[in-house]
Amino acid sequence: MEALFYNADDGYLEAIVRGYRGSILNNTAYINLTQCETLDDVKLQLGASDYGSILQNEPHMSTSMLAQKCTDKMVQEFEYIRAHAVAPLQQFLDYMTYAYMIDNVILLITGTLHERDTHVLLDRCHPLGVFDSMPALCVATNVAELYNSVLVETPLAPYFMDCLSAEDLDEMNIEIIRNTLYKAYLEDFYHFTQSFGGPTAEIMAELLQFEADRRSLNITINSFGTELSKDDRAKLFPNIGRLYPEGNLKLAKSDDIEQVKATCDVFLEYRQFFDNTAAGSSKTLEDRFFDYEVHLNKKSFQQQFHYALFYSFLKLKEQEIRNIVWIAECISQGQKERINNYIPIF
Amino acid sequence: MSGANSRLAVFPTRMTLSVMKQKLKGAQTGHSLLKRKSEALTKRFRDIVRKIDDAKRLMGKVMQVASFSLAEVTYITGDIGYQVQESVKNAQFRVRAKQENVSGVMLPVFESYQEGTNANELTGLGRGGQQVQKCKDTYIKAVETLVELASLQTAFVILDEVIKLTNRRVNAIEHIIIPRYENTIKHIISELDEQDREEFFRLKKVQGKKKEAAARDTLERESRQAAEGHVDEATSKEIETEIDTGVLDAAMAEPSDLLGGDDEDIIF
Repeated sequence: MEALFYNADDGYLEAIVRGYRGSILNNTAYINLTQCETLDDVKLQLGASDYGSILQNEPHMSTSMLAQKCTDKMVQEFEYIRAHAVAPLQQFLDYMTYAYMIDNVILLITGTLHERDTHVLLDRCHPLGVFDSMPALCVATNVAELYNSVLVETPLAPYFMDCLSAEDLDEMNIEIIRNTLYKAYLEDFYHFTQSFGGPTAEIMAELLQFEADRRSLNITINSFGTELSKDDRAKLFPNIGRLYPEGNLKLAKSDDIEQVKATCDVFLEYRQFFDNTAAGSSKTLEDRFFDYEVHLNKKSFQQQFHYALFYSFLKLKEQEIRNIVWIAECISQGQKERINNYIPIF
Repeated sequence: MSGANSRLAVFPTRMTLSVMKQKLKGAQTGHSLLKRKSEALTKRFRDIVRKIDDAKRLMGKVMQVASFSLAEVTYITGDIGYQVQESVKNAQFRVRAKQENVSGVMLPVFESYQEGTNANELTGLGRGGQQVQKCKDTYIKAVETLVELASLQTAFVILDEVIKLTNRRVNAIEHIIIPRYENTIKHIISELDEQDREEFFRLKKVQGKKKEAAARDTLERESRQAAEGHVDEATSKEIETEIDTGVLDAAMAEPSDLLGGDDEDIIF
């Protein structure tokens, strides 16, 4: 039934996104990019793609500028979709921006904690996570005020309210706050997408479960040998995902990478992350995560009449920007041997 | 100041001579000491120059690796600059300055050490934490190289100055002070010799005069004795004086005769 009415509201946008998807750089474009000797060559190569118009008026190429411009382009496309979206899709898109919002709010909290002028931080915020009342957060001079403003002004209020108190902001490590919020967000988003049912729920479940599992694995590995206790670590694991619950329990007790590996061995898809014997073993764990994420996101374009495609598009676009910036960085720093570490998309 | 002919304005006495000789000896000892110091410093200097060269090459590589690892972090986690800056409360990487004595020159030596806890160990917890730590480690290495280079550079500058100073001193002693002393000594010696000769001549003269006086004395004494004691002797004395005067007269007359006689002959 869903497919029947989908096009009434969202057919246009789906078409647009599929159009945008067509402009994502393909393998040939990447091979051409990796052949470049200077950043100006990169500009020339990108001139044929969708990024051509935004780079045209830039006399001096730099990797940061490139990243900035590409992100702007992505945001522009996303904003276009968001502006035309109606009820359920609009909310879905809003949910997608919450992840960036968390990062921005954390940035502002960091600034406030150290009593810096938070207005200068507004420029550093990710444009997707910008919300109208964000400048209002800069008014807060201490953490308690900021906490109240966040509760009143931002859509993140439920995450803050459920997980943190004003005192926590002062005492806890900012990274733990970030991950606590992210965990709450992921769970909330997951439950929201499940309410749609149909292909949206199905595909989003897979994507968000992987996202959750990736976080759990990362947190586990990165917390080895740090002050983060095992109990605290367990609290940061999202309660969704394929590792939940028994995998998370095992991860919470792990002491080294071998135990993490043993935990993941049960899952066929996750086993490959720790398989160092495979060809191209120069890839790091993060690279393999990215690889798998791209694979999942590509899959979501195989189906029609669902919202996951918007999410996938944004993720693929992000990965594309990372790829371009990586290639540009390799070229500008003269480290050509690592240039092929990008994740090809199509 | 060529110093070739300059000398100290001193009285040429034996005491000054001995003082000068002492000074010359002192200057020569000082010269050899300073020369040795300058050689030691130069050796050290060359070491440092070589080390600086190595360190600079190493730094190029290390900085490249470091900035590339930062690119890796950006690839995985995005921009974490602000967060990293703010989460640091105390410097973990510190530099301590020590002093090292090289042939009497104090060279500052910078030593890096790490203290306190890693403030950023949870950065990138959810994503890219390993890369962040790796990046941190490579940058620590880079900064270590920088610190090493800094202490070498400081030593380089200081040593350069000291070596120049020492060389200037060595040259001054070698080319000005020592020749000046040598000239002074030569001058004193020649003056003293001159004085010796004068003295000798004077003594001779005095001796001559004394002999003359003694001869006259004996003559007078004899004549007095003759006048007092014997008449015969007195007459004989008179005769003697007469003879003397006669001789004198003859002597006086003869040249005039000669002159007169010769005049006519020679002119006409």
